[in-house]
Amino acid sequence: MEKTKKKSKVRRYLPFYLMALPGLVYLFINNYMPMGGLILAFKNYSARKGIWGSNWAGLKNFKFLFATQDAWTITRNTLCYNIAFIILGTILSVTIAILLSEVKAKAAKFYQSFILLPHLISWVIISYLVFAFLSAESGFINNTILAALGKEGINWYSEAKYWPVIIVLVYLWQSTGYTSIVYYASVVGFDKGYYEAAELEGAGPWQKIRYITLPLLRPVIITMVMLSVGRIFYSDFGLFYQIPMNSGTIYSTTNVIDTYVYRGLLQQGNIGMSAAAGLYQSVVGFIIVLIANGIVRKIDKDSAFI
Amino acid sequence: MYSKKTKGFLAFANIFLALDVICCIVPLVLLVISSFTDNTTLIRNGYQFIPEKFSLDAYAYLLKSGKLIMKAYGMSFVVTGLGVAVSLTVTTMLAYAISRPGIPGKKILTFFVFFTMLFNGGLVPTYMMYTGVFHIKNTIWALLIPNLLVRAYYVMLMRSYFQTSIPEEILEAASIDGASEFQTFYKVSIPMAKPIIATVALFSMILYWNDWQNGLYYLTTRTDLFTIQNLLNRMIQEIQFLSSNIAVGQTADVASLPSTAVRMAIAVIGILPIAITYPFIQNNFAKGITLGAVKG
Repeated sequence: MEKTKKKSKVRRYLPFYLMALPGLVYLFINNYMPMGGLILAFKNYSARKGIWGSNWAGLKNFKFLFATQDAWTITRNTLCYNIAFIILGTILSVTIAILLSEVKAKAAKFYQSFILLPHLISWVIISYLVFAFLSAESGFINNTILAALGKEGINWYSEAKYWPVIIVLVYLWQSTGYTSIVYYASVVGFDKGYYEAAELEGAGPWQKIRYITLPLLRPVIITMVMLSVGRIFYSDFGLFYQIPMNSGTIYSTTNVIDTYVYRGLLQQGNIGMSAAAGLYQSVVGFIIVLIANGIVRKIDKDSAFI
Repeated sequence: MYSKKTKGFLAFANIFLALDVICCIVPLVLLVISSFTDNTTLIRNGYQFIPEKFSLDAYAYLLKSGKLIMKAYGMSFVVTGLGVAVSLTVTTMLAYAISRPGIPGKKILTFFVFFTMLFNGGLVPTYMMYTGVFHIKNTIWALLIPNLLVRAYYVMLMRSYFQTSIPEEILEAASIDGASEFQTFYKVSIPMAKPIIATVALFSMILYWNDWQNGLYYLTTRTDLFTIQNLLNRMIQEIQFLSSNIAVGQTADVASLPSTAVRMAIAVIGILPIAITYPFIQNNFAKGITLGAVKG
């Protein structure tokens, strides 16, 4: 009796397990198996011996990594860029979202379709766009703008000091449309009653934004910001690899953890150090995600990850 | 009807948004115009919005002697088509399975999917595994499999759609009528989940079409497998390589590289499929963004 019950249960649910299987196998291979490979950070990797056969190196890779100037540079760059992205990105996209909600619906749709466009273009092609502006020999800025002002051209791809501005501008260009749509969707959903009541009291548009829209938007903003804070130890590889065109002279302001790991692995063959930097990112990144999520949970339970 | 204050504010809003729109499209305009610029003009005057001399040479070159380029273009379509088809099938099945109530181990399976969004091994072990264990380096699998096929985020998005938008009673009714679980899935659930499937298909399409990282990591010798993005990536690497070598006084083989106008034309055709479909997909795209934001 027990046995047949169990058997029928298995038969009943078997189709679901079969449906789930390919996806689970993929995630196991693509996401879980590499986690085991993180021990590479503690090994003296030799291609002949493989990941498991290579000799243990203890903390040597980490000692080397943190003894270099690079470790500090990539940590500082990753964090500072992300902080700038979060602050400026939030201000700009909230502004756009609110303005979109104020203009006529048809106009909003028209604007929206254009500001979303940059998000659909690959980083490779964006690097071509940026190159058209910044190329030392034929770029639009050197050849047309600076020439018209009677100024000499700048060698953009070899001067590190300009890149914090360039990277932030390119980031805002590519991502603001996307995030502003998220905020716009919330603003459109707000109860019209509040606004009608405020109008009867004689409130102007600025007052409505100040006293109705922004307070209502506050939890959404906090949630979105905390989700970005959770990713603060990661950066978009395309933005930091393609846009500066992998130019070595500007690494001091363009190198982030993700590009450092890539170059260590595939350009310099420094696998130990690259693996150590990767583990550093995975572990610290994980801790930050958990903390950020804990904060979101306190503010708005529905938006929390876990 | 509007007060003076409101009118002024509306004007401000429209001007601000119009400026934003201009900022968004100006770089794209420069790209398109450059591809239609005569190449010697381009070299002499640089990239310009109103060039001295227009020319269709770049596109004529692509059609006539751009065999390699057209092949890469074809690869982009093949990889995107295959990738989206497989990705969508696997993702939908997994999401559906973990959305149904009462399945033993459902919580563990859901967490198994979800945890991949919080923690990952990163590039080094992933690269070592795909090249050392699965030997996908310089094969077409490299463009289809790593990191793109199943994304936990989309699985969770679909799962919550199945849970909230398809009443359990309908599925039960189907199974009482004698339908097998696969039939219910195929004939009842999928048609009802069309909106979310379309959204995930769209995101997956953009992901595959725009991907260049897998080619960068895994295609080192098989340039015949390059997609248009890989080709553009390789060309810009060569420009960088050439200009840094010229700087140290070496001669470079500039002739092997397509002219600037041709490179711009390749970038334009790289955006073209997205630009053409964009008017039809933009509603779904905007909806998809907000969907993800409501519940991550």
